[in-house]
Amino acid sequence: MKTSDSEASNTFQLDGEDIPFTPGQTIIQAAKAHGTYIPHLCWHPDFRAHGSCKLCTVKVNGRFGSSCTMEAKPGLEVENRTTELDDKRRTLLQMLFVEGNHFCPSCEKSGNCTLQATAYELKMVSPHFDMFYPDRAVDASHPDILLDFNRCIMCSLCVTASSEVDGKNVFYMGGRGLLGRRVHVSSESGKLADTDFALSDRAASICPVGVILKKRRGFAVPIGERTYDLAPISEQPAEQTP
Amino acid sequence: MNAPQTPVKKLRVATTSLAGCFGCHMSILDIDERILKLLDLIEFDRSPLTDIKHCGPCDLGLIEGGLCNAENVHVLREFRKNCKILVAVGACAINGGLPAQRNHLDLRDILEEVYQTEVGLSHGGIPNDPELPLPLNQVHPIHEVVKVDYFLPGCPPPADAIWKLLTDLLAGRTPNLGHGLLHYD
Repeated sequence: MKTSDSEASNTFQLDGEDIPFTPGQTIIQAAKAHGTYIPHLCWHPDFRAHGSCKLCTVKVNGRFGSSCTMEAKPGLEVENRTTELDDKRRTLLQMLFVEGNHFCPSCEKSGNCTLQATAYELKMVSPHFDMFYPDRAVDASHPDILLDFNRCIMCSLCVTASSEVDGKNVFYMGGRGLLGRRVHVSSESGKLADTDFALSDRAASICPVGVILKKRRGFAVPIGERTYDLAPISEQPAEQTP
Repeated sequence: MNAPQTPVKKLRVATTSLAGCFGCHMSILDIDERILKLLDLIEFDRSPLTDIKHCGPCDLGLIEGGLCNAENVHVLREFRKNCKILVAVGACAINGGLPAQRNHLDLRDILEEVYQTEVGLSHGGIPNDPELPLPLNQVHPIHEVVKVDYFLPGCPPPADAIWKLLTDLLAGRTPNLGHGLLHYD
């Protein structure tokens, strides 16, 4: 039987393009290393996959799968930026937008926000669904850091970074149900001030949205001149974006 | 010989600001001298620019602001009934925006604080004139009440985005905002 080139070598097809990979890499890791953008929110190149946001869903040999958890194999035919997949991704984003309180005009993260940039990339113009307007707390107790859980998308990157890099376990996921499950601060009072969280922690700079914000740093770069104002997320240098 | 010019039928456009700040209308005016070109193609019906009080049959309705009281809902329904195409313009029309920041507070608490208990007030009481529209318990975006055909995000949408939407619609195209024009802030 004749084997195709990509089956013989360590490459797979992503939207018709040959993507090389090293054995053990996931599809999104190989794509990222190649500089090809697959939309994603909860995946970060520095951490193990969480597989929860489903934005990175691709079609592998005709079947849906999360590219952050699926191992790259020789000869796979992967669909990424098709109308079908981007339509589903946009719907996932719209659900994230209505489940939280995402008011970009008053958010310091606007223009540097991965959620917002991904929504721009997928041409999301409205939340489509009815808004939840959930009641979520703001924690301003810490001297250097503000927590605004209104914007949390529960990617759990802060949980992973605090636990695996900082060795502190400042955050954890807890609670049940659509509006019950959320990120908690693991001090007895539940306040960030009562933890050993510090500005230099990896977890302090990992948040893809505007939950974990450094105090007294507002509008150092004006709206309109920020990362994703200058170029869409898919055209950013791969090594400079999560 | 010059053929006699047949006058092009102008499209009728209505605009309104519901629970908004008129910032989106200011951004419409920000298209600057292009408004002269626009006036060759459209004429305004009900709008803060004309002071016409009720909307007649229109080709296009532009809605700024969300819904914070009963009158907003009536006006929105009047627009939907009369406009062939309805566009949600700006953050407040699309997700409630700044007025929706009150949504996690109890309406009675807000009214009592604003009109009665706030320091420096004369304790006059919460206004209850029957002419005043009743506030809604929560502020809502307009797509929760009527069908909205197109959305133009931004706080406010930049004048170039408004121009792109209008020129796309006038040319019979689906409005398409590229990078730089699609903004939520």
